[in-house]
Amino acid sequence: MIAFGETLRLAQRALRRNKMRSFLTALGIIIGVAAVICMVSIGEGAKSRIRTQIEGAGTNVILVFSGSSSSGGMRGGMGSQPTITFDDLRAIQTEVNSVRAAAPLSRTSTQAISESATWTTTVYGTTPEYFVIRNWNTVRGAQLTASDQAGAAKNAVIGQTVAEKLFGAGTDPIGQVVRIRNAPYIIVGLLDKKGQGGMGDDQDDAIFVPLSAFNSRIQGGLSNFVRGPVYVSATTTEAIDTVRRDIGSLLRERHRLGPDDEDDFSTVSMAEMTGMLTSATQTLTTLLASIAFVSLFVGGIGVMNIMLVSVTERTREIGIRMAVGAQPADILAQFLIEALTLAAIGGIIGVLLGIGVGELLASRFGWNSTPRTDIIVLALVVSATVGVVFGLYPARKASRLDPIEALRYE
Amino acid sequence: MSLIELKDLTRIYVSGDTEFAALRDVNLNIDSGEFVAVTGSSGSGKSTLMNIVGCLDRPSRGSYMLGGRNVANLTRVELAAVRNEFIGFVFQNFNLLARTSAVENVELPMIYAKVPPKERRQRALEALERVGLGHRSGHQPSQLSGGQQQRVAIARAIVTRPKLVLADEPTGNLDSATSHDIMMLLSELRAGGMTILFVTHEADIAAFAARCIVMKDGAVLRDERQVSSSTGVHA
Repeated sequence: MIAFGETLRLAQRALRRNKMRSFLTALGIIIGVAAVICMVSIGEGAKSRIRTQIEGAGTNVILVFSGSSSSGGMRGGMGSQPTITFDDLRAIQTEVNSVRAAAPLSRTSTQAISESATWTTTVYGTTPEYFVIRNWNTVRGAQLTASDQAGAAKNAVIGQTVAEKLFGAGTDPIGQVVRIRNAPYIIVGLLDKKGQGGMGDDQDDAIFVPLSAFNSRIQGGLSNFVRGPVYVSATTTEAIDTVRRDIGSLLRERHRLGPDDEDDFSTVSMAEMTGMLTSATQTLTTLLASIAFVSLFVGGIGVMNIMLVSVTERTREIGIRMAVGAQPADILAQFLIEALTLAAIGGIIGVLLGIGVGELLASRFGWNSTPRTDIIVLALVVSATVGVVFGLYPARKASRLDPIEALRYE
Repeated sequence: MSLIELKDLTRIYVSGDTEFAALRDVNLNIDSGEFVAVTGSSGSGKSTLMNIVGCLDRPSRGSYMLGGRNVANLTRVELAAVRNEFIGFVFQNFNLLARTSAVENVELPMIYAKVPPKERRQRALEALERVGLGHRSGHQPSQLSGGQQQRVAIARAIVTRPKLVLADEPTGNLDSATSHDIMMLLSELRAGGMTILFVTHEADIAAFAARCIVMKDGAVLRDERQVSSSTGVHA
């Protein structure tokens, strides 16, 4: 058998002789590989973004939800039945070790009206501790205070999106009035920008008012119970598990639950939230990547198809080569390497294209694109394998031709 | 010692239940340096004989000694090596690779003989020079006349300096003047020491050879020495 380098040259020359066809054949592989790389890059980008955003909310944060309602076998979701009281909240703050702060967060979606604009946004009722837990500061003005809370003051701090929508970009909203449910609130603070939340929501599209004002003027309810989750922050990340356990036993004790009763509340740490959301993204990415791999497979069949056509078309060439002394293995190698070259070039262009398209889509839609080296290597290996597997049959067919028949072929 | 020794050579083609003997018990010796024409009507077995002598096909029975080596029972792989080393082919329809320059066509057998690229190019150019096409080395077959294409094919056949050159109707696609030139070229090669065996059905072409074998129904009908016309009438 002749040297590999020699065979490679023969294959390249044959491919160059039919540039357009070679390109179209490689295109199947290019699109397949590019689709895989692009999908995985964007999926990976989404995952890492969710992670940083949730962790940006504080890794040492625990959410406590009221229990789920259960009637006639139907179970509502977390917090569908209020079970946590304000006394429970105070107990968490004072009785559990390593708790830095705890804050309730009630919310409703409603219209906010300024002198010049109306904007539908989310209004939250909370206590000053919430901003400590979230590590969220004002860029202008002041935070809500304990006395605002005590006096149910009609003061509000707003996120940057709300400020822009109600008062226009670059206008100072401090001291302005915003009407919510027919009551005027004075804006005392403008919060710094938080960006997109873990669920893809805009965290800056929010108005915060004292919980007392929220309960009495915006959305009343059972005054003893906390509506919505309670945010708790532990003093350190390491203390999270202990704090969670202690909150659990405290609440079970306060709610007088027997050893056989289920919890009527639930706790979740930010770390768990990250895991849940990233695994959902992972599932979607895997799904998309599998579809992309199918297209890579289809590209491989395209390579086989063209190689078969090529063997038939070049039957005489094969006969000539055999007559002058090419061995069956030489012919096999030549066609195999032609297929492999198509697949490899397609793979490399596909990787570059995939990364490029990923970046383009990411910048266009405000996503993240994080190419993964292992997937790039995998896609290249798969496309090379596709080349070998789908190139083998036509190459074998070529190498088994009878030289006499091949020479006579018209 | 003869270059080619065929003993009781038989080739049977089987198609379904019927057997057809294209060659039956052919005995033939050809010495080194001979210039031999094989003629006969179509179906006489001359092509089958050429295919076996050219190691493209294997006999069903009998022995074929090429340069003292029995090649009748070699494998496909071994036959390929024998073709590469000992035999050069010239075909009726030239059989050059399309869209490939003359010099690259001539290099082809040397690729499979594992001759290094530089030496390959040099020897190919020398062979083209020898067939009078040194100035056309970069041309592709489509840019050459039939006679020129056959010269390129001859250069390809002789570039590995084979012991045996086989030509199957080398002038079949050429006009008579060009045919004459090609036969003169083959005569020159023979004078240079090559053994040449060619198939033709034209008497004036067969007349170039020093020996003429006439085939009929798979057997040798006549085998006679003659005065080569390459040094006589046509010269």
